[in-house]
Amino acid sequence: MNFLKMGALEIGRAIREKQASVREVTECFLDAIEKEDSIYHCYNTVCREEALQRADEVQKGIDEGKYTGPLAGVPVGIKDNICTKGVKTTCSSKILENFVPPYNATVVERLLDAGLVFLGKLNMDEFAMGSTTETSATGVTHNPWNLDCVPGGSSGGAAAAVAAELAPITLGSDTGGSIRQPASFCGISGLKPTYGAVSRYGLIAYASSLDQIGPMAKSAEDCAALFSVIEGKDEKDGTSMPNPPFDFAEATKGDVKGKKIGIPEEYIGEGIAPEVKDGILKAAEQFKALGAEVEFFPMPSVKYAIPAYYIIACAEACSNLSRYDGIKYGYKSPEAHDLMSVYVKSRSEGFGMEVKRRIMLGNFVLSSGYYDAYYNKALKAKKIIQDACFKALETYDFLLGPVAPTTALKIGESLSDPLKMYLGDIYTVMINLAGLPSMAIPCGFDAQNMPIGMQLIGKPYKEAEILSAACAYQNVTDFHKKSPKN
Amino acid sequence: MEWEIVMGLEVHTELATKTKIFCGCSTEFGAGCNEHVCEICSGMPGTLPKLNEKVLEYAIRTGLATNCEITRHNKFDRKNYFYPDLPKAYQISQLYFPICHDGHLTVKDKDGNDKQIGIHEIHMEEDAGKLIHDDFEECTLVDYNRCGVPLLEIVSEPDFRSAEEVISYLEQLRGILQFTGVSDCKMQEGSLRADVNLSVRPKGQKEFGTRTEMKNLNSFHAIQRAIAYEAERQIELLEDGEKVTQETRRWDDNKGISYAMRSKEDAQDYKYFPEPDLPPLEISEETIERIQNEMPELPAQKKARYINVLGLPEYDTEVLTSDRSYVKLFEETVALGADAKVASNWIMGEVMKLLKDTATLPEDMTLSAKDLAKILEMVGKNTINRGTGKTVLEKVFKEGVDPEAYVKENNLAQITDLSALRPVIEEVIANNEKSVNEYKGGKTQAMGYIMGQAMRALKGKAPAQEVQKLLKEMLDEN
Repeated sequence: MNFLKMGALEIGRAIREKQASVREVTECFLDAIEKEDSIYHCYNTVCREEALQRADEVQKGIDEGKYTGPLAGVPVGIKDNICTKGVKTTCSSKILENFVPPYNATVVERLLDAGLVFLGKLNMDEFAMGSTTETSATGVTHNPWNLDCVPGGSSGGAAAAVAAELAPITLGSDTGGSIRQPASFCGISGLKPTYGAVSRYGLIAYASSLDQIGPMAKSAEDCAALFSVIEGKDEKDGTSMPNPPFDFAEATKGDVKGKKIGIPEEYIGEGIAPEVKDGILKAAEQFKALGAEVEFFPMPSVKYAIPAYYIIACAEACSNLSRYDGIKYGYKSPEAHDLMSVYVKSRSEGFGMEVKRRIMLGNFVLSSGYYDAYYNKALKAKKIIQDACFKALETYDFLLGPVAPTTALKIGESLSDPLKMYLGDIYTVMINLAGLPSMAIPCGFDAQNMPIGMQLIGKPYKEAEILSAACAYQNVTDFHKKSPKN
Repeated sequence: MEWEIVMGLEVHTELATKTKIFCGCSTEFGAGCNEHVCEICSGMPGTLPKLNEKVLEYAIRTGLATNCEITRHNKFDRKNYFYPDLPKAYQISQLYFPICHDGHLTVKDKDGNDKQIGIHEIHMEEDAGKLIHDDFEECTLVDYNRCGVPLLEIVSEPDFRSAEEVISYLEQLRGILQFTGVSDCKMQEGSLRADVNLSVRPKGQKEFGTRTEMKNLNSFHAIQRAIAYEAERQIELLEDGEKVTQETRRWDDNKGISYAMRSKEDAQDYKYFPEPDLPPLEISEETIERIQNEMPELPAQKKARYINVLGLPEYDTEVLTSDRSYVKLFEETVALGADAKVASNWIMGEVMKLLKDTATLPEDMTLSAKDLAKILEMVGKNTINRGTGKTVLEKVFKEGVDPEAYVKENNLAQITDLSALRPVIEEVIANNEKSVNEYKGGKTQAMGYIMGQAMRALKGKAPAQEVQKLLKEMLDEN
């Protein structure tokens, strides 16, 4: 049995049916990581000892009937901005290089309760700021489909680990596309849930009003399984909402018959690579073949999305990242000898370029005299975008579009031109501003054999509907079954 | 030229909630450094605030008690600045939608007339930690215990024209905060802090002068002195043709002076923006109605009741309602059967004297209403006389003895059996032959001396009237 090739639910089933032990599975992935991760650099931290010990505990729990869920015993990788008690959580930043949280994020607690086994912490863009993992202080992650390409970001390590078969399933986070875009670049499936569907407690904040944790896996079905573990109201997060219980059976029914799907014209207009556009149009045909109705419609407010997103995200980020001041934890400059130099030197040396750029941008837009011209205006744009999305979703059950204008870029290609990198987020950031759930799944390959991804955008808390549509698509296609290692 | 002082107050009060505003840590004062700290109030990465509903309730209660409008749609905002006592580098506060606004209190002006002081707003926020400089180690340490202790900031309009008005307002506010259970208002522990914004202008001028803000005012006395100092300083500057600088000043109560901390030019840009980690709060009519219905009796209502129902003079009601501890002692003592005026007299007289003599704060007083009522009952029934009553009260107050047992053990009860007086008086007459002869010789003043000797022999335990009657009888008999 080759666990590395199997999906999370398959592994869970094999363990439940005693065809494999939790230790065997865990060891198999740990060995693969040890052997191959030097090629990709998916992991910042690998928890070998903890994972093996935990595997035995979970096995005992399964045998004793304590863990009965479909993912019990399944190994999972966690993005390095989700707090894990006793295990370094660095956000791929020098400023948190030695930070060991004294507590677990709520999602981590829920994974523990469901009997999952943690393999380690996954590389990302520093503080989730970036779309390539190139801003990571620990170095770039390589795309398993082409080592010269980026895996996307910021959850690049989480996406590449699934594609490279170094984890069957991972947790990422998505503020402006950080789950969907790397999923698309690496040819895997990823779900960005509705804002408020998953607790953010323990997720190290980038932009609090946009951040969401979500599952990444080989298939929509596996995403549904992990989502059902982590979703739901958390008393520790006032912005998490009580929502109708998630129905896993409904979510994996694989049915889009009679559904109305809308494609925003702006999503396949100017700036999109022809091959990506082609992939989306073919996916639309596939949905039609499955019994859905597909239409194009105009959504002119798309043009506000990038400026509004970068203003709001940077404003929140500059405040969220102020706590890294060299006083309480994290990096403190050895050169600092008074209060001001502790602040200035620790932050100047501890943060990378992109993070500093966004902190400065955020401080600028919040400054008195500029607040109304930028931040307030961005909030108005956000409202316009929300209204447009909700209006579209009155007509359509889902929206369909590309995840990114291109397939994975070459390493080094966008770092020198941040604006180009920001513009690559055009199709994803709008969804975060509107707070909607969106699922990225592979829908083809370009001429260089790099994966193309589409996203299915749903109504608030209707994750089950988009997952079901994604399952329907994956039932009749095999893009998600392709592996760079075949 | 005649000058007019114009003042506004910013009062910060720590709320008497058991736990902090955004986490479950205790708010208790006086714990060891960093004992009341968790990952939330110490600003660990990834943590989120969760509003303590009690804070909202207390804020609304305060707003209703100060005649404010309650904001139905509430939000929190972040106030961003770097300082080591602020672990998140932002304070969660309310700028754009404060919970209460447009209220007022009625105070007494210099001449004792009623005057209305406007309350601009009341908002909720979290307190910061405390820095402790270690001179020995040459370093600064930080104690996060106070981080996240809930605060209300009560901002007045610039309606004050004298220190008397300021003190009257603060006394009222303290009364309201204490009686509503919102805060214990201990200035020495920093749970009530007032900053004074002050400017002066020629009498009759409409425009405000340039104001300064004074901080570190730790007692009403300090506030009075600081106002006098600052008003004089500004008037002198202006009379010398100089200008007042807009600045924050720190009062040094030991030296009796204030000095500039920072001027407006260095004023920070706090980059306020809506707190994204806390959802907006909708406050329903039902909630406001419920809090209104559960509102405890406020000082003004108590005063009216004491006058109208208990028949106390206005002066007594002012004194008694000046502190929650007096009210508690008074009301409970009366409830145990004491006469209202008698209880009031004893509290205003003997109890307050003992507090002053022992430098005890009213809230730290251990004297119970049960014991006070018992003493008053013994005095009222003539079991002990008033003088003994005071002695017993002092013992109870200082040593916590049981008043009845103390009277018994020390044999302090009045001698009610008159036959027991006769042998004692006989002895006094026998021992004071000189005075007795003088009395008999027509020198009636000698009676006073003999009476004194008799009372001393009786250790003051007999009713003086009876003793005098008997003494006269016996002297006249011989």
